Amino acid sequence: MIKGNFIDNLPKVYGIYTGGFIGFIILMAICEQMGMTAKTIGIAFVAFTVFIYALIGWLSRTAQASNYYVAGRQVPTVFNGMATAADWMSGASFVAMAGGIYFKGYGYMALLVGWTGGYVLVATLLAPYLRKFGCYTVPDFVGTRYGGNTARLMAVIVLTVASFTYVTAQINATGTIASVALDIPFQYAVYIGLISILLCSMLGGMRGVTWTQVAQYIVLIIAYLLPVFWISNSIGAGFFPHFMLADEVARIGELEQQYGFVKNAAADLKTVPKGLAGITKAHSAVNATPWAFISLALAMMMGTASLPHVMMRFFTTPSVKAARKSVGWSLFFIFLLYSSAPMLATMSKLSLIDPTLPTGIIGKSIAEVQAIDWYQNWNQANLMFVSDFNGNGTLELNEFFMAGKAVVLATPEIAGLPYVISGLVAAGGMAAAMSTADGLILAIANAISHDVYYKMIDPKAETAKRLTVARVLLVVIGFAGATIAAMEIQGILGSVIWAFDFAMSGLFFPLVLGVWWKRANKEGAIAGMVLGLVSGFAYLIWVRNGGSGFLGITQLTFGIFGSAVSLVAMIVVSLMTPAPNASTQKMVDDARVPSGAQVITQR
Amino acid sequence: MSKNEQHWEKTRGLLFVTLAIWFVFSIGIFLFGAEMNEVTGPFGYPLTYWFTCQGSLGLFVILIFWFANRQEKIDEEFGFSEKGDK
Repeated sequence: MIKGNFIDNLPKVYGIYTGGFIGFIILMAICEQMGMTAKTIGIAFVAFTVFIYALIGWLSRTAQASNYYVAGRQVPTVFNGMATAADWMSGASFVAMAGGIYFKGYGYMALLVGWTGGYVLVATLLAPYLRKFGCYTVPDFVGTRYGGNTARLMAVIVLTVASFTYVTAQINATGTIASVALDIPFQYAVYIGLISILLCSMLGGMRGVTWTQVAQYIVLIIAYLLPVFWISNSIGAGFFPHFMLADEVARIGELEQQYGFVKNAAADLKTVPKGLAGITKAHSAVNATPWAFISLALAMMMGTASLPHVMMRFFTTPSVKAARKSVGWSLFFIFLLYSSAPMLATMSKLSLIDPTLPTGIIGKSIAEVQAIDWYQNWNQANLMFVSDFNGNGTLELNEFFMAGKAVVLATPEIAGLPYVISGLVAAGGMAAAMSTADGLILAIANAISHDVYYKMIDPKAETAKRLTVARVLLVVIGFAGATIAAMEIQGILGSVIWAFDFAMSGLFFPLVLGVWWKRANKEGAIAGMVLGLVSGFAYLIWVRNGGSGFLGITQLTFGIFGSAVSLVAMIVVSLMTPAPNASTQKMVDDARVPSGAQVITQR
Repeated sequence: MSKNEQHWEKTRGLLFVTLAIWFVFSIGIFLFGAEMNEVTGPFGYPLTYWFTCQGSLGLFVILIFWFANRQEKIDEEFGFSEKGDK
């Protein structure tokens, strides 16, 4: 199937696939009407979609290095855009983002700006030039531009630290969804999630991941948008929510004024299950200082441009020109989901807190709320909680608590949508987490197999042997990630944000200056990577252990400190040591011109 | 000045313009978030709120496509654009 003119047939292939998936949703809806249980529908959704991804992974199997590392460099711009969007939008974007906006409002929306604005940096500063370089991995660029194994190895280390932090969160998310949908304990579900992830990437490498990511994007975007539009219409908020929710946003503001944000006593809060949050911040008002907002947005933007699993997606396009356009398409497909998250948060919040709506629970008696079916379900799962702190028998705004991830997962049920939608949302969350995990595991395994094994240890290795090493590493890293995920050390969102900070601390300036500053040399780059990563890490540990921090840099934005150290170190050390030789300078010149042969010739 | 240098000068000029626009809509306007939110923005949303959920995001999409087209023009002008691909 995937041969010859497959590329020309892509719109048709994915058109049929999308039609088939919509057909499957309708089939499930009919089955629900005929009495299929919610549990069976959940299993069917997850099992069916994972089977399709595995099938695509198997069909994309390859024995060629260029297919395995960069999908043969023939992925058209629009499809690469979809694949990048799926690669990018993780469990955090799909499940956690709307919830974060729901509880934190404006201060949290810095993530929306940061996670999109970063693509402007990718398009202008890096992607086209790294594509022209012709590298297989990001450390491949660092190693070739600066020369020497030390620089290459340092880049691999930064990449591994950042991506591994990120991937445990994604495996955690696949495990969470698999355990809910398949009704099995989390510790086992994590490994089921992992096996699904490996099925997509092991045989086909980047090629397999590319075509499954496109399929996963289609599932996740349908799963996100369908409930948003449905709920908007069913609560009478408007046919097209994005343009029509101004009244609802204003109404939430009024209700907040009316209820007020009552601060709970510490003793009362202790009775709330761990991980649940109450509505304590205004929905649409500016509730953070400019610097708190800007520093978080800036850290996320620079992190975006430094994360190797995103950057390597732009190595798969046919040309430099296509790489640039492809960044635009990627952001367009991401925009479709990101611009919907605040709308979902708005509708979800209003439908619960507005007493004039049938779904509103604030102002009802506590006993009445505790008797609602969906409340009992989500309360049992430890994702929702009410308590009569002031003893007046009525539910107040400050007496309602919910987990961030429940906003996306529970809203369809609260709004009274059929269960088929909840099954669809589970499949979407699974797709989001799997696609990102695949990209990340592949980024780590490829860097170690290509840059450490092939370039440093055994440069004469045959292709077959290189790919075997790559595949073994994929499995080993996957299992290591799953083992750590099963320990449940940290939340999904926190570790994702940390990954951005690690990446920007160590890689942002060595990558950007590699293209834009010819004088940057090996010594400077090594100093930049080492000192950037170490100082960022040290700052994180300091703040985590009660350190006060400075300049308002928190544990979520420590990358700003790390990258500043990296920049200074890189410039100072570069200027103190000799300029790069003529052939390196020529390499940079060549990378700046789109036409002509790639800078690196890959075997 | 050689052809390559001229090409790079123009490329760098485009970079500065693009990054200036990026800076305004990712950082600049949020310096005045509280003041701007008093104003009613498109579709009736408070202005700052609208920028964080749609405005800045959509603008970045347009900005990248605009940048890509401008850069292509620069490459063509100097005969540096790639041939035979989409």
